[in-house]
Amino acid sequence: MNELLAKYPKEIKAILAKYPPEFKRSAVMPLLHLAQGDPGYITPQAMQDIADICGISITEVGSIVGFYTLYYDKPLGRYHIQVCTDMPCALRGADKFLKELCERLGVKVGEPTADGLFVIEEVMCLAACHRAPMFQVHGDGDLVYHEHQTVDTALAVLDAVRQKAAVEKEAKA
Amino acid sequence: MSEFILLRHRDIPDLDQLKVYLKNGGFEAWKKVVTSMEPVELIQLAKDSGLRGRGGAGFPTGMKWSFVPNNLWPHYVVANADESEPGTFKDREIMESNPFQFLEGLMIASYAVQAQNSYAYLRGEFWQIGLKLNQKIAELEKAGFLGDNLFGTQYSLRLHVHMGAGAYICGEETALLESIEGKLGQPRLRPPFPAVAGLYASPTVINNVETLTNLPPIVQNGATWFREHGTEKSPGVKIFSLSGCVNNPGNYELPLGAPFRKLIYELGGGIPEGRTIKAIMAAGASSALIPATEAALDTPMDYESVANLGASLGSASVIILDESVSMSWLAQKTTHFFKHESCGKCTPCREGTYWMAHILDRIEDGGASAKDVDLLFTVARQMQNKCLCALGEFSTMPVVSSLEKFRRDFLARVDGQTR
Amino acid sequence: MPKMVTLTIDNHPVTVPQGTVVVDAAKKIGVDIPVFCYHPKMEPVGMCRLCLVEIGRPMVDRATGQPLMNEDGTPKVQFGPKLETGCTTPVSEGMVVHTQTDGVTAARKDILEFLLTSHPLDCPICDKGGECPLQNLTMRHGPGNSRFLFDEKQHLGKNIPLGELIYLDRERCIQCARCVRFQSDVVDDPVIGFYNRGRKLEIMSNSNPGFDSIFSGNTTDICPVGALTTADFRFGARPWELKSAASICTHCPVGCNLTINVRREAKSGGDVAIKRIMPRQNESVNEIWICDKGRMAYHYAESKERLTSPLVRKGADLQPVSWDEALDLAAEKIRSAGQLVTLAGGRLSNEDLFNLAQVTQKVNGRALLHTHMAGGDLVARYGLPEGSDLGALGKGDAILVIASDLHQEAPVWWLRLKQAAKRGAELIVLNPRETRLDKFAGHVVRYPYGQEVETLSVFLPGAQVPEALQAVVSAFQAAENAVVFYGSEGLGLDGSQAVAQTAAALVFSRGKTGQPNNGLVAVWPNGNTQGAWDMGFKPSADLASAVRTADVLWAAAVDPASDDPALAEAVDGARFVIVQELFLSETARRADIVFPAQSFAEREGTVTSGELRVQRYYPAIRPDANTRPDFAISAQIGLRLGLKLEAHLSSLALLRAVEKVPTYAGLSYQRLAEVTEQWPIFGRKDMYYGGTGYANSQGLGVKLALAADGINPHAAKESAGMPPAAVNGLVLVPVTRLFDRGATVMPSTLLHQRLADKVLQLHPRTAEKLGLNADSDVLVAANNWTVEARIQLDENVPVGVALVPRSTGFPVTAPLAAAVTSRVAVPEVYGGLRS
Ligand SMILES: Cc1cc2nc3c(=O)[nH]c(=O)nc-3n(C[C@H](O)[C@H](O)[C@H](O)COP(=O)(O)O)c2cc1C
Ligand code: SF4
Ligand code: FES
Repeated sequence: MNELLAKYPKEIKAILAKYPPEFKRSAVMPLLHLAQGDPGYITPQAMQDIADICGISITEVGSIVGFYTLYYDKPLGRYHIQVCTDMPCALRGADKFLKELCERLGVKVGEPTADGLFVIEEVMCLAACHRAPMFQVHGDGDLVYHEHQTVDTALAVLDAVRQKAAVEKEAKA
Repeated sequence: MSEFILLRHRDIPDLDQLKVYLKNGGFEAWKKVVTSMEPVELIQLAKDSGLRGRGGAGFPTGMKWSFVPNNLWPHYVVANADESEPGTFKDREIMESNPFQFLEGLMIASYAVQAQNSYAYLRGEFWQIGLKLNQKIAELEKAGFLGDNLFGTQYSLRLHVHMGAGAYICGEETALLESIEGKLGQPRLRPPFPAVAGLYASPTVINNVETLTNLPPIVQNGATWFREHGTEKSPGVKIFSLSGCVNNPGNYELPLGAPFRKLIYELGGGIPEGRTIKAIMAAGASSALIPATEAALDTPMDYESVANLGASLGSASVIILDESVSMSWLAQKTTHFFKHESCGKCTPCREGTYWMAHILDRIEDGGASAKDVDLLFTVARQMQNKCLCALGEFSTMPVVSSLEKFRRDFLARVDGQTR
Repeated sequence: MPKMVTLTIDNHPVTVPQGTVVVDAAKKIGVDIPVFCYHPKMEPVGMCRLCLVEIGRPMVDRATGQPLMNEDGTPKVQFGPKLETGCTTPVSEGMVVHTQTDGVTAARKDILEFLLTSHPLDCPICDKGGECPLQNLTMRHGPGNSRFLFDEKQHLGKNIPLGELIYLDRERCIQCARCVRFQSDVVDDPVIGFYNRGRKLEIMSNSNPGFDSIFSGNTTDICPVGALTTADFRFGARPWELKSAASICTHCPVGCNLTINVRREAKSGGDVAIKRIMPRQNESVNEIWICDKGRMAYHYAESKERLTSPLVRKGADLQPVSWDEALDLAAEKIRSAGQLVTLAGGRLSNEDLFNLAQVTQKVNGRALLHTHMAGGDLVARYGLPEGSDLGALGKGDAILVIASDLHQEAPVWWLRLKQAAKRGAELIVLNPRETRLDKFAGHVVRYPYGQEVETLSVFLPGAQVPEALQAVVSAFQAAENAVVFYGSEGLGLDGSQAVAQTAAALVFSRGKTGQPNNGLVAVWPNGNTQGAWDMGFKPSADLASAVRTADVLWAAAVDPASDDPALAEAVDGARFVIVQELFLSETARRADIVFPAQSFAEREGTVTSGELRVQRYYPAIRPDANTRPDFAISAQIGLRLGLKLEAHLSSLALLRAVEKVPTYAGLSYQRLAEVTEQWPIFGRKDMYYGGTGYANSQGLGVKLALAADGINPHAAKESAGMPPAAVNGLVLVPVTRLFDRGATVMPSTLLHQRLADKVLQLHPRTAEKLGLNADSDVLVAANNWTVEARIQLDENVPVGVALVPRSTGFPVTAPLAAAVTSRVAVPEVYGGLRS
């Protein structure tokens, strides 16, 4: 049983249609993006499902997951708060921004917040050097930029995300 | 009308709406090539215009297209929208705000080599842009600009967006192709070149987003018009991504050959808080540092002139460094970037970036001696000319040039001083 | 013939085929360009950058296209601004290569220094120490000391099991990807890969079981450092303590060339013990690869359970006696026997089989081969003759495989056919279910079990060809050369006889018998089944009654009693039973005399491969003083019967066989030991290049002449067919698995997780019809036996049959109707056979 296929039949069909039928392997990256959306990381089951769809081995899928930084094979925070601290952003105060943000949240880089909702990460250049400090929120199958940030605006962004998550949880329950 | 050629959205509100784009001459070039031009004519036009690739290497676009052999099919065109060089954010603005001009360019390039399926490879972080492009492509299919038998001709074309997932190396064209093929983003050996054996081993043209965005106006206005901008060898306009220690960072569209001074002071508003400029990186993190002498500031920003300064224009990501910046800190930052992004395929890059990062960490932490500064220099030098692709080479640029030109910054660190 | 190109390397001219890379061209004239990532059996990748050399090319006048000349009349050569990788650069006419300049030496040193920054340098405790390319190349080309701070070294996991067979030391890995590329490109098992990137790259496996490949051991040979080691050899010995003996794998009919590494050990009382088995190069047989069965299933030779004394039945018990007593008794019984039945197995050497056959003939006994597969006489006539090489098949040639799962039955043949298909050969696979060969085949034909002859006959000239098969039939018929492999997938003796006949007729019909690369190949169940046929053994259609009615049953290297309860009964029925064995097998337990024989590792001998190549193996370890090789045992019995047989030297025993078996004419141990130069150059001096496998200095073997007796083969009229299934029953179809549960595999405990299971493999629909589900336990009953087994569902199995792996305890040699009932539903009294 291919759980992924059962869950997203339409989406998977559309993804496969983008590539020549004899090169199904090309679908591995879009399928990983798709599979990651819901649990927030790539489960071993999803890896096997993707391997089956693409006609490659589960090791080859795992290898792709390991190579690219936007794929996660472990659950670690529902939202990845990824602050760019690369050189151009750092020239505009990104390092200080990150430090203060962590202090205010009471976490270290790479550690999830107590509610398991956020994990703060340092990332390389996101093509937003002119709008530093900035970060992206990666989670729920979406990725959103937040630019020209201060620690206060950033905390407000996280609050909004937290509220959205709470509302969804209620709706689910 | 707009005074811009590429950043036309700055003058024309809602240019990202198909209606608006069409009202402003959109897809006229597209219709013209499909209904009235032979592919060879189009290739000749690109050659005549002198358009050079905006992705970094500045390779003549028309010539690149002409390498595609007509006895091997199918052909593909891939738009390189990986834009991951630190300090580069121009393709993003184009795709966000003037997406149709980019797509029209990609379509024109596809027609030039008769590709029937073309891809846009976006870095994974451009997720929102990816969603937007998909929507725009759907609109174009609906409007009959994409699909089968376009304008009643034999020619059919489809565009697809492929999202990366966080890897600078995938901007390197062969790594990019590997990535579309569902493999690790590691560069291939060359030859064969992509023009002969690219995506799925088929002839493939890879062009930067900005390069492609130049095509609709070139088709509409002709090669001579294009050459009215820029210099003899570097015709046209270029988007300069200005960042770092400058008052007004952002994208600026200027003719190639405009001097640094104009970009930094006239448009960029100069250096904050009255500090003095120290150095310029013209090609993002991959730059050799240009000490900001008066002569350097007066240098025209075109491929040849910047090369004469011992640097390169690259994708024109101009990062400004002022007197407050220690070059040993800078080298540490860029080296960590390259270490993080090294794909690991070849030894000198994988091990060299790792080693340099360790030495630089030690220098920055104050735990190093002058001997370590020498060692850093030899390690960087011993990487050079040995790597499989340009990434490893790039990583040595800021290190070697900062050691050559700002060695005192490193020595200050090992003497126990702070920034 | 490819175009030849002449270039100069370090001032030596060399001429090589176009397309050769610089490193290989240099190797041909003895110039070593060090490499790590390059391997002569794989596509170049140019990753490690160790092979950087200076390369110059003749300059050409742009305008005229003419070469530019120096004043002295020599061509002007232009060198690039950078060094180039010799492993990825193809040669070109007039190229000039420098491998010893200051620039090149410095670059090598630089690359080695880079690699060593991350390497733990734990050579004193590393299994590879002593045969490590990194260690050796560092000594020759590396930096004297490290400028990298030791405390900045990255520390990573050591002793990580990638699976139970292969261990990884992450610190030692130099990311050359040889292992990854071997697994994906050479053997199509992409079960290991890189995780992460940059300096964090590490080898991992996500498969279940880990590193799930039957070729995994080869990665430990080609890994240029001590990162990959087999669980079998890890911490076993230091390479320099090892001595080597050439050998041949006897597990399957490929006949892979081996080197057995041994060491003198206290554990074995100061005697030499086997430490590991390595591949030995034979480009016409196994190239430089072996499968994991060949590499790891040798422990039976050193098993504590081995027989160490002749035994004679005294009363109820078998008691140790002297050799003379046992031999005298055996001779006496054989002399006076009304009917001697000699039953031999395909594990024995040609010498063993010849001597057994001679004695049998002398008393007009029957020489029977214990096998489920027929056709050795046909292979002897229509097999692959001298000059054939699977490695030479390519464009314009056809290879047809019927009724065989080659990946499991003869892994290295699978590999070679896959490569032939890559080179352009038409690979045609005919099998009732999907096998690992299908993927590489140009044509795959499915037929129902029991329709082999009908399917194959379509390829015969003049046959009615159904529309759907026209393409494949004409592809076969148009081929310049054609090789036909047949196996025993779902076939017993009758079935395989019919297939063999039809396949022989097909080969014959092409009129190319005796021409290189044309012929019939049998995928035999044992390493020397062909030799047994050649020496005069034949299978019996009714083995049970032959055994039961024997006055004397003389069984060598076979265990009929454990294969089938009917045969066990038959053995009990025989008047007197003599057994030559390694272990006290079920048959041996029932015997009156048991002779302790010697394994292939303790003696000399020759075996004949399915490709009709006779190859010689050498003694590696000392035998137990009280055991004797099979040929000696039978000779000593023969001598007592007045026969002149060689009882001491295996080489002389072969010479006697050669006199009597025409196709073996001219063979001798000297000839079998001959070698000619092979490419790629391989072995101890070139470990950095090809790996730690062994060069072949002990013999490439000799191809047999084809038997010529003027009888033309006739295709069988029909297949043996399938028995009708009973109501609520199934037809059991025997199939072969690589890791079987035979006596030569079981003592290698390391392989136990990979052994074939005692399962009925069914299509889900078949199971549903019988009311069974996955993993249910069932009782399977046929004839007069009942076996407990588990159900395994597999969509690849044709509906209506159940696959049963041979050797797992089902007494099924040919398709057999059986009743299958869910275990819960069945009362206790049925009991099980053996588990
Ligand atoms: C490490 C590396 C990263 C690169 N990144 C990009 C990139 O993000 N975008 C891009 O257009 N070109 C990038 N390039 C250049 C491409 O390889 C290629 O030359 C370019 O896309 C060709 O398009 P053009 O001729 O239109 O410039 C990169 C090259 C290297 C070596
Ligand atoms: S484990 Fe060995 S063969 Fe595999 S990449 Fe590492 S060094 Fe190379
Ligand atoms: S790069 Fe040539 S051997 Fe590794």
